[in-house]
Amino acid sequence: MPTFNKELMRATILAHYENPYHKETPQNPGEFMQMHLNSSGCIDDFTLYLKVVNDIVEVGYFDGFGCTISVASTSILLEMIEGMKIDDVLLIIAEYHKMLNNETFDESLLNEAIVFANTMKQPSRIRCATIGWDGVKELILQHQKKEQ
Amino acid sequence: MYDVYKIREDFPVFKNTNTIYLDNAATTYKPQSVINAVTNYLSKETANSGRGDYHDAYLVDKKLDDTRELVKDFIGAKLASEIIFTQGTTMSLNIVAFSFGHHFLHKGDEILLSIAEHASNTLPWFEIAKEVGAEVILMPLSEDGYITPEIVKEHLTPRTKIVAITHVSNVLGYINDVKTIAEVVHANGSLIVVDGAQSVPHLKIDVQDMDIDFLAFSGHKMLAPTGIGVLYGKKALLDVMPPFLSGGGMNLSYTTDCDITFMKVPEKFEAGTLNIEAIYGLHAALTYINELGIENIAKHEYNLKQYALEKLRKLDHIIIYNEDAPTGIITFNVRGVYGQDAATYFNSKNIAVRSGQHCAKLLKHYLNELGTVRASIYLYTTKEDIDAFVEAAKTAEDFLDAYF
Repeated sequence: MPTFNKELMRATILAHYENPYHKETPQNPGEFMQMHLNSSGCIDDFTLYLKVVNDIVEVGYFDGFGCTISVASTSILLEMIEGMKIDDVLLIIAEYHKMLNNETFDESLLNEAIVFANTMKQPSRIRCATIGWDGVKELILQHQKKEQ
Repeated sequence: MYDVYKIREDFPVFKNTNTIYLDNAATTYKPQSVINAVTNYLSKETANSGRGDYHDAYLVDKKLDDTRELVKDFIGAKLASEIIFTQGTTMSLNIVAFSFGHHFLHKGDEILLSIAEHASNTLPWFEIAKEVGAEVILMPLSEDGYITPEIVKEHLTPRTKIVAITHVSNVLGYINDVKTIAEVVHANGSLIVVDGAQSVPHLKIDVQDMDIDFLAFSGHKMLAPTGIGVLYGKKALLDVMPPFLSGGGMNLSYTTDCDITFMKVPEKFEAGTLNIEAIYGLHAALTYINELGIENIAKHEYNLKQYALEKLRKLDHIIIYNEDAPTGIITFNVRGVYGQDAATYFNSKNIAVRSGQHCAKLLKHYLNELGTVRASIYLYTTKEDIDAFVEAAKTAEDFLDAYF
């Protein structure tokens, strides 16, 4: 993992905002778990698509519109978790929340998502940095419930 | 002589924060006189209204009466009994929609709204229309952003019962010619409801001269506390409308047969204990505005907006959507920057502006934008506030700086 200085953080966020990963409706949306994401404080409005097979995230997509932080953070997450076990995904999401809450966290787990470490400088935007992450977590929990 | 720096000394919030506050269309700061009025009620003459036999209760009732008189004069109403205290504009509009709607709207009737309406002047009408089988017709705006008498006329039909429109759009800041529109509406035998949330705090209002049937507005957008607003209605209409809420303070008597005799207006529409401390605050707020003169306030806001526009026009990356709107609302975007990102950037410079759709979610069809950023001025805004705003706007394309 590269060392993220401010310039690289900024460039990474912008790159994921301008060319977000899998920001489209999948061709076969019926095969995906789906969730509508929005927030009362802003006009972010996404649909999240997640396919989990044998407790592994096969692929995820999102579509809609939102601010730089919400688009980039969701993009980084969906790229990162492809092919990952759902338990590991939940672990990463938990660490990410610790970072945003200014608690001690395991940097090695977060990879590129570390670029949002500064979001707490604008606390009103923390919701933007977590909107996609909370959605993925919710869908994984729904999957686990169904499997049980 | 309008001395904005002297005015600011009346507002303690300026001593306690460095925020450059340009979100006055959302809510306003409060002068010390309003704060004192609220604490005066809470610490000196606490009593409930309308049901006490003792001195302090008399003082409270008298303050309520005085405030009703003050509001009546402020908006040019004929009678104090036409002034109903509510929680705010939303409650006022809900009272009209449901109270009037339940008993006077029928299947097939039409309710005429514009796409510039705030959710509070849209959703209650959607709900009552669903309930009674009426139809909501949404008018577009003119090319330059107005609800014009011509557009209203085109959309009126023999089935139009109600026309509910905003006086000043909370997004665009244009002043609609409500007086002429009321003529057109009345000529069709329909009634007109006006959302005055963005006009009453900023413009001289005369409900009799405009001949409007209902007017709704909020105290907190004009120096008063939150949780107090007003519904004005012509007495003849209020008299025949059933109450919206029932309970204490609105009935004269009731029997074991569930037979209720209601009080007259305005009490008929004021069930339960009112937000009395906020009414004390509203009294002080109107007194404060009257002392400054609402026309002087309007002029101050207009001049400041022109001052801002002069500077903003020089910035190629700032897109302004309502340059010619004569009120203190500036609606804009930073080219290529999502509104919320821009607002966050302004926040990093201590400047409070608002992004999004501003609760007018149908207006995007007119603006062709998902969202905008809004800076709104009030009676205490200074040139220095505008300078700071423009200075931040200059570099707003680097919006990610907010995080670094």
